[in-house]
Amino acid sequence: MTAPGFSPTGIRFENIEKRYGGLAALRRIRFEITPGECVALAGRNGSGKTTLLRIAAGLVRPSSGDLTFPLAAGAPAGAPLPALNTEAVRANASAGFVAHATMVYDELTAEENLLLFARLQQTPNAAERVEKLLHEVGLFDRRDSLVRTFSRGMRQRVAIARALLHKPSILLLDEPSTGLDPQGVAWLAATLRQLRDTGRTILMSLHGESEISMLATRAIRLDAGLIVADTRTGAEVRSILTFADA
Amino acid sequence: MSLLSSTTALLGKELRTEFRSRELLTTTVVFILMVIVLFSFTFDPTYNESRRFGPGLLWLAFLFAASLMLQPCFLREQNNDTLSALRLSVSDPFAIFLAKLVANTLFLLFTEVLMLPVFAVLYNVPVLRVLGQLLLVFFLGSLGVSIAGTALSAISAQARMRELLLPLLLLPLLTPVLVASTQVTVGLLDATPFLEWKGVGFLLVFDVIFLTALWLFGEYLLEE
Repeated sequence: MTAPGFSPTGIRFENIEKRYGGLAALRRIRFEITPGECVALAGRNGSGKTTLLRIAAGLVRPSSGDLTFPLAAGAPAGAPLPALNTEAVRANASAGFVAHATMVYDELTAEENLLLFARLQQTPNAAERVEKLLHEVGLFDRRDSLVRTFSRGMRQRVAIARALLHKPSILLLDEPSTGLDPQGVAWLAATLRQLRDTGRTILMSLHGESEISMLATRAIRLDAGLIVADTRTGAEVRSILTFADA
Repeated sequence: MSLLSSTTALLGKELRTEFRSRELLTTTVVFILMVIVLFSFTFDPTYNESRRFGPGLLWLAFLFAASLMLQPCFLREQNNDTLSALRLSVSDPFAIFLAKLVANTLFLLFTEVLMLPVFAVLYNVPVLRVLGQLLLVFFLGSLGVSIAGTALSAISAQARMRELLLPLLLLPLLTPVLVASTQVTVGLLDATPFLEWKGVGFLLVFDVIFLTALWLFGEYLLEE
């Protein structure tokens, strides 16, 4: 099933390399995420997960290699990819990104933050969309409170709402459950499941098993900037995420 | 249209966050007030000395206050990585610069206008008859300081020695603005006031050149 208002989009990494001076953060990264796939990135600290996600979001320019976003308009997830249409993706369905940091302003209220980003993204009916998301993340009653008065978990909820504002076709999540309590993790897992089931492509970095990792249909492990494991087999996905095979 | 609406939204954010924290305005007002009062009581300048040295002192105070004000401009976008969120949200990155430099110009102008009566009283300099021309010089000078300062603030925020780097880059770059603004202000505070159009023209050209450079190359300053 495909949700209206967006085209299912994949991500293709073609020999991506990223160097910071003499340090190679990513080396020969080559893989493709088909539209609608939910991929979990695993790996130890410093293995390159965050760099890979920031490159996919367009925040970091790779030292070499190409990043493309194949569109699969109307095609079911996993179907052969049609011709690339990067511009269309950039124009209509840029990725929603949740980083380590919350990416919201402490001196603005939850509602002001979301309204600001909705206006910048030219979201249609911004006020309605913000109100709906505030209800969904459970912060409607605290919409007028400054974000600096929020707990880490509440800030993370605002961050997730910000990433979902423009109904992105791709979600890039860097340890999205950071700071969330068990109810928050359950809510996030349910939200991501719904998004995955409506054809959104999800690439997320995770540590260990959780309700969120259960959503992954594929797992990739990075080690020192290299892909060392990549599987779509259920049992192997779990073992990659828990390092059981390491 | 997209640039205008993005800039307006971001400018609203800049003003709202500043008026809630009052971080920048408090710093600049206190700094300029301190310099003006301290020099007035230390040197006790005569009427003629005030006219000759007052404008230089005033613009030096403005410049140093601006360097204090510009430091956190991009630095505070790094606390929660909000700069990344802005980069992902705006279609034209120039909107980020435009909003910040308009906000910085407004903050600087507000401080200058607030401090002008204090300067006029303590240094016994009549400013009312040339108020319009003074505001023009304040505007052009502050705009020049803000354009160059906003660009350098974006560069220095990503550097290791960020606190040191901004004044090091900013002060030499802004020397021409400081000289031109001071010269025009000296003319305006003269016994027979006159507007030195050459200085005004220089400030205008400086502003246009740096604004164009920022528009063309600003995007690269935001890259990680």
